[in-house]
This record gives sequence, C-alpha cells and structure tokens, in this order.
Amino acid sequence: MIIYLLCLVLFCEGIYCILRKRNIIKIIIGIIIAEYAVNLFFILVAYRKGGRAPIFSPDAQITNMVDALPQALVLTSIVIGLATTALLIAIAMRIYEKYGTFDITKIKELKG
Amino acid sequence: MKTISNIIPLFVIIPLASAFLIPLIGKKKKWICDLVGALTTFALAYLSVYAVHLTRMYPNLVYSVGAWKPPFGIAMVLDGLTVFMLVTVNIVAFTIALYSINYMEKFTSKWKFYTLFLLMLGGMNGVIVTGDIFNLFVFLEIASVASYALVAFGTEKHELEAAFKYAVMSTVGSLFILLGIVFLYSYTSTLNMADIANTLAGAGNPNIVVMISVLFIMGFGLKAALVPFHAWLPDAHPSAPAPISAMLSGVLIKSLGVYALCRIFYNVIGINPALSSILMFLGALSMVVGVFLAIGQWDFKRLLAYHSISQIGYVILGIGLGTPLGIAGGLLHLLNHSVFKSLLFLNSGAVEYSTGTRDLQKMGGLASKMPVTGTTSLIASMSIAGIPPFNGFWSKLIIIVAAVEAGRHGYAFWAVLASIITLASFTKVLKYGFFGTLKKKYEQIKEVPIFMKLSMIILAAICLVGGLLLLPEVNEVFLGKASNAISEGVNYGIMVLKDIK
Repeated sequence: MIIYLLCLVLFCEGIYCILRKRNIIKIIIGIIIAEYAVNLFFILVAYRKGGRAPIFSPDAQITNMVDALPQALVLTSIVIGLATTALLIAIAMRIYEKYGTFDITKIKELKG
Repeated sequence: MKTISNIIPLFVIIPLASAFLIPLIGKKKKWICDLVGALTTFALAYLSVYAVHLTRMYPNLVYSVGAWKPPFGIAMVLDGLTVFMLVTVNIVAFTIALYSINYMEKFTSKWKFYTLFLLMLGGMNGVIVTGDIFNLFVFLEIASVASYALVAFGTEKHELEAAFKYAVMSTVGSLFILLGIVFLYSYTSTLNMADIANTLAGAGNPNIVVMISVLFIMGFGLKAALVPFHAWLPDAHPSAPAPISAMLSGVLIKSLGVYALCRIFYNVIGINPALSSILMFLGALSMVVGVFLAIGQWDFKRLLAYHSISQIGYVILGIGLGTPLGIAGGLLHLLNHSVFKSLLFLNSGAVEYSTGTRDLQKMGGLASKMPVTGTTSLIASMSIAGIPPFNGFWSKLIIIVAAVEAGRHGYAFWAVLASIITLASFTKVLKYGFFGTLKKKYEQIKEVPIFMKLSMIILAAICLVGGLLLLPEVNEVFLGKASNAISEGVNYGIMVLKDIK
C-alpha cells in the first residue's frame, strides 16, 4: 500500500513543481517528475507479488505472472514524454534567446 | 465487409505518409509541398465523404490492426459519429491547405509547416477512428505535440510564450487522461473501448468509475478548453499562423476534446444524471464566460479565440442534455462552428496579410478594398451570431428548443443571452473592421491571392447551405446516424463486438 502512496506523493510533487515554480526549466522538470509518477503507477498496477515474466517454456511451471501489457504501454508513453520534453526544452531555449530570462514572471506579454 | 473495412486505416496512413514524404522531396521546391498538402487533404476529404456512403450499408465497420482480433488487438471503428467527425475535420483541413498555399509564402520553411500540419491531421483522424483507448491517447499526443510546434511556428516572443503555456497545460491534461486510462485498465483489464463498455455495463456503478470520470473531465476538458480549464486557448490560438488558428479553433479542440468526451462518457463509461449535469454546467459556464471575455477584445484573433470557448460551451450544453434532440443540436453546432470559426480565422489572416494588423481599432472600411474577405466575414459573423438562414441559427435553435423541452429553462435563457452578446460583439467586428470609413494608409491595399479567396468562398458556401443538413433525407444518412451513435450509449460495445466473433 505504501508504495502506491509514495507514487501519489511523487505525482503531487510534480504538479506542485509545475504550479509553484517560476523558472521555466524547473516547470519542465516538474512535468517530467509527474510523467514518471504516472508511468510508475502504471507499472505498479500490473505488478503481482513474486510474479515473473510471462514467457512460456516447457520446463517451467508458471503460477504467478506479471501483466506484460502495461510495460509495453509505458514504453510508448515514455517515448511520447521524450518528444514532449524535447519540444518544451527547444521552446525554452528560444524563449531565453528572446527574453534573456527563464523567469516566467518576467515573460508575460500576453494579457487580457 | 472484410475488404471494405480496409478504408479505415487510410485516414491515418495517408496524412502520416505525406508528412514523411514532404521533408524528403519538398525541401527545395515549394510547389511540391503545396501540391502534396492539397492533394493529401483532398483525398482525405473525398474518402470521408465516401465513408458517409459506406455507413448507409454497414452501420459499424471494424478494422483489426495487424489482424489481431478485438478485444486483444487494436481496433479501428467506423460508425455514424466517426464518419460525422471525419467529414468535419477533413473538409475544413482541405480548405485550410488551399489557404496555406498563398498565406504561408511569407514564412521561410514551408515544408516544416506542411509536415507538422499533416502530422496534426493524422493525429486527429487517428483519435476519431480508433476504438482502443490507449491508441486514442497516442494519437491525441501526436496531434498535441504537432500543435505545440505549430503555435510556436513564428518563433517570435508572443508565439513562444503562448506555445510554452499551451504545451505545459496541455501536457498536464494528457497526464490526467493517462492516469484515467491506467485506472480504467486496472479495473477492466482491457483497452478495447467496446470491451471496456461491456465490462463496465456488467459491473454496476463502482466508485472507481467516478474517479475515472473526474480525471477524464479534467483531461479532455482541458483539451476542449471548457471554462475552468480555458486559460491557454486565448493565448495559443491567436499566436499561431492564421491557417493553424483556424485548424486549432475549428477542429483540434473538437476532435481531441469534445469528440473524446462524447465517445468516452456516452459510449464507454455510460452517461448518468450526475455526469450529464456536470457537462451541462460546464457548457453553460463556458458559453457565458467566453462571450463576456470576448466582447471587450480589440485584437481580432483574440476575440475569435474567446468566442471559440463560448461556442464550445453550446456544443457541450447540447450534448450534455442527453436528449436525442439536444445531441443532434450539439453535433450540428460542432460542424457549423468548425466551418464558420475557421472562416473567421481565415478572414483575420487575410486582413493581416493585406494590412499587417490585427487590431480592430486600426482597421476600417476594408470591405470596399477587399470585397471577398468582407462578404465572407459578413456571412461568417451572421452565422456565428445565429441569424437565419445561416447554419449557426439552426443549430442554436435546436439546442435552445432541446433545453426547453428537457425542462432546463435556465440553460435555455443563458444560451439566448450568450447568443445576443455574440451578435453584439460581431457587430463591433464588422463596424470597426470591414465597414465605416477607410483609413488613409490602407487605400493601396489589394484583395488577397486566388487560393485564399477560393478557400474562404468554399467555407462561406458551406455556411449558407449548412441548414440543409436538417432536411429529413440528409439528416437520416449523416447527422441522424451520428446522434444515434451517441444516444445508443453503452450498446456501442455490443454493436462493435458482435461482428467479430
């Protein structure tokens, strides 16, 4: 049970980081943390205590298998996260070129 | 049945293949990009109209990706709602591709634009045709990531700021959607939407479904820019180049937000009175708040962006009512809004193309110099304000009548009020922008080039004839099928899976 709670704490930490931090890079790190928390949670959902990989072989009797599907899905989700992060960092670099700062309180030309 | 369903993956394959092709062959010569972009979107528009014809014979077509039978493999489903959305998205995309031929000349790398545009289109079509919930998430992310890049396309100060804000908020929305999918998978042990529907229908109404519903309302509500989650839209949509603003406001928020909400809440989880009233409340709130924020704006595109929030409110209100009439009205308004809002954004792009400004106070009398832009924007403004006989009138009328019929007089009142304020704010646009006296410095401006005119005229023609969709013969094959697909509710699961076994 405690591991699920820790996972929730990690997710909340990411969300807190996105909401409260002023530095663009820290916001991006917050997104990464929250993303990892969700991925970790997906893996935990599929985990069975003492389970093994679901590979059938003639000599081994499989009694307790880990669900393999979420692992494949999380792999996809990690790749998507990589694409998002790369784009965010590219935008952050361009913002630094234009504004000369990473502080979002100084980057607010759009209003109304 | 078997071979005919091979049409379904084409909606995803064609745009993705063209997006891959353009960087290979179109880097040097701009006309190749234009040609590939226009041909691809035309082929998709043609295919989607052909799919309308298909659904008359086969109400539910299912394609199994990689020949893995659902519920184990990924399924792609073509039913009434899917076809309706495909037609909306692809026709608008075709006119926008035509428009971009001239408009995007002033940007340096046209091939990058077309690549991202087609990726976004592929993602949207994927979200619409897929019958697998994780696949939906993947396509949703493809469309979103392409749209972040497109918002930042100009790489000026404002564009970058808006793109960053949009990317951060939208990524958080995606995280909530993914979390919802995780809970759904852990409870039902399947990812196929039809199978989930069947499993949940047999399970009663457990508490975890409430949790999942909340996560999905946050996630998809953020993608659809419903009011508490709308903050990114008025920055992101005006900052993109005009064709992309049209695409984002016209179809992206609908296919990623509204379509996914309808599909999941009506066909997968199953609607209940609590969800229905949440949807109606969010819809009415967006409707009123959006229009009040819009009326004070002087930036043409920002005003239009706020109106998108308001009009999405109408769609959600109509669909949230849950009565067949309300759903039909909501869907018709979805189609109409994607047509006239795209047209208005294209108009704003045409004005910017000729005069270089988006500020309504600096314009004036442009209709005399730009007759096509002036006339089409008049048509679009009257459509969005709900003046008969334009298409916006019919859908708003149906939504209001449905609200009264369902006994929701309060919501009907707010819908009428929002409509009146919409009329007021577009009177302002026309008065300051297109009529009145022509400013001295704009005496030399010219009308926009041919392809921009053509695409605006096509969309204006659709605005004029949009009401004809309600004719009984047309309604039966197109709109009626779509609203039936939603009203069927969780029977969707049985309908989709019955032909498989």
